Amino acid sequence: MSEPLVQVRGLTVSFMGGPSPIRAVNGVDLELRAGETYALLGESGSGKSVTLRALMRLNPEKKTRVEGSIRVDGQDVMALNRKQLQQFRGKTLSMVFQEPALALDPVYTLGQQIAEAVAIHEGVSHAEGRKRALELFERVRIPSPERRLDAYPHEMSGGMRQRAMIALALSCRPQVLLADEPTTALDATVQIQILLLLRELQRELGLAVIFVTHDIGVAVEVADRIAVMYAGRIVETGAVRDIIRNPSHPYTIGLLRSRAHGALQKGARLETIPGSPPDLANLPAGCPFAPRCRYAIDQCQTVTPEPVAVRDGQIVRCLRVGELEAV
Amino acid sequence: MSAAAPLDRGGPAQPLLTVRGLVKHFAVKGSLFGAKAMVRAVDGVDFEILKGETLGVVGESGCGKSTTARLLMHLIEPDAGTLIFDGETVGDGGLTMREFRRQVQMVFQDSYASLNPRLTVEASIAFGPQVHGVQARQAVDRAHGLLDRVGLDPSRFAGRYPHELSGGQRQRVNIARALALQPRLLILDEAVSALDKSVEAQVLNLLLDLKEEFGLTYLFISHDLNVVRFMSDRVAVMYLGKMAEIGPAGAVFDKAAHPYSAALTRSMPSMDPDHRTEEAPIAGDPPNPINPPTGCRFHTRCTFAESVCSTRVPALDPVGPEGGPSHLAACLMHEPGSGHSKAEAS
Repeated sequence: MSEPLVQVRGLTVSFMGGPSPIRAVNGVDLELRAGETYALLGESGSGKSVTLRALMRLNPEKKTRVEGSIRVDGQDVMALNRKQLQQFRGKTLSMVFQEPALALDPVYTLGQQIAEAVAIHEGVSHAEGRKRALELFERVRIPSPERRLDAYPHEMSGGMRQRAMIALALSCRPQVLLADEPTTALDATVQIQILLLLRELQRELGLAVIFVTHDIGVAVEVADRIAVMYAGRIVETGAVRDIIRNPSHPYTIGLLRSRAHGALQKGARLETIPGSPPDLANLPAGCPFAPRCRYAIDQCQTVTPEPVAVRDGQIVRCLRVGELEAV
Repeated sequence: MSAAAPLDRGGPAQPLLTVRGLVKHFAVKGSLFGAKAMVRAVDGVDFEILKGETLGVVGESGCGKSTTARLLMHLIEPDAGTLIFDGETVGDGGLTMREFRRQVQMVFQDSYASLNPRLTVEASIAFGPQVHGVQARQAVDRAHGLLDRVGLDPSRFAGRYPHELSGGQRQRVNIARALALQPRLLILDEAVSALDKSVEAQVLNLLLDLKEEFGLTYLFISHDLNVVRFMSDRVAVMYLGKMAEIGPAGAVFDKAAHPYSAALTRSMPSMDPDHRTEEAPIAGDPPNPINPPTGCRFHTRCTFAESVCSTRVPALDPVGPEGGPSHLAACLMHEPGSGHSKAEAS
């Protein structure tokens, strides 16, 4: 097989400046091939968004210590200079954010914003850029696209704004699209429309997508593979089917079992994971999930589990993984 | 708890809260030429909350579910509408607002913003009872008992300030505070929405336990349909300030009578990698509540809409024998003689 499009090795990200460093990402490895959709699933503070931002070098450089290697399309992302980084962002990799109202510039129309990005990146005229913007608006199915190009972000509804944000992200024909909770701020009936749009664009344009979400249902709708993150590490990764049907890390198992769903008996109680996620400024030794884990043994408090393959493509970081299969 | 259970006046058949004709319009800045626009946030809503049930309320942003909750508590003054609490009219010489608020308490989404940052957890919980005439000493004792009950050890947590707690712990404090006045109805407005999934499940279980233990009634508002289904006996679906459908949770989710409720349930992610959603149940965004569509407000997005739907306002009526009188929907397809081709002739 060819070299993966995105290859991350041993990524760590710490935020400095506080009394002790906040260790947001603690050794993430991931690989993504062209045309593949990968979901990073986790709760707040699990390091999923920070990992995504690291790929684009969006974390504030002065306050952040980043280690490890990130290669995207053969380029060493950590070594890019300012100018190269400008070309890299948007052209190789681009991002869709959770809150398009904040990510878009409020004082320019959407047409102007997209045309400017195209003009700068590709050295074409503004008129040429606007033509691309119109094509993109049609592509993301914005009704009456010609008229909407002259709209300001505040004049659009949440779903339309997110479509426009996706059009902007695609304006320079990136190979990899990063999506940071792009549907979390949307209503349910709009969320499914955006998920289907992303799936369709991914297929038609052959994009590689990394999709960050806290919602396992959303991950199942869009992803080929899921990586479950906890305390800055990927604790389990595998094909969507394997993660849903044969979750092997106690945290993944707990997450799936604690979900409220229609099949539950009235008045039944949910199975829960006790406690709350750890303080990233003060991570426990050993497995960070051990204090909440019902299967934890003494060893879990001291030994950091290494990744173990449980089946083809499904990798789990848990010391007891072999013994848990039966549970 | 120390005090006796609150008096049940009307008996079990009397709804705990009856809401009639609730209306709230907000004026917004008009255009340059002065025409004043109105957001019709809640536009004539009727429903009942039965004793001991959990009534779930679902709907998209702008549907008026949170405004309804705030109107019930008179955190916003309604423009019109009557509240009847256990047979007594609220205000107008009936039940006083002070007494009503003792019996109806609310938990909000933002656990941090709803606590006073300068008060310890214990002081926050004891504050309400003291205002209502409980001795300081007793109020603090009650606060400790409640902290213990919501899973926070009073010896560790009573003296803490809100910023020293996690989101899940803060929401437990908010629940304890709401219970401090021994209310009968708890309004939970997106009370678990800001919590992480693993913590959300803990709080939902706690709410179920407390309901049994204290004989509470819940109005449970959430945008998360899975959670509403899990919690609720009956479910109300709102759309642009109107009630679209209300009925037993199973009926509303599995045999929705209103096309909007059906679309909403089918918009939930499938959770099955082999049967992903292939088509969006409805297109477009919810329209702006400033100028809601005429007739049935859903007609602009409804696949069954006919010309009559843009002119005639559907009534909230019982929908057939399967649903029984407890299942109501506001859709012209279910209204005999409405002129919709799917409706029975009258």
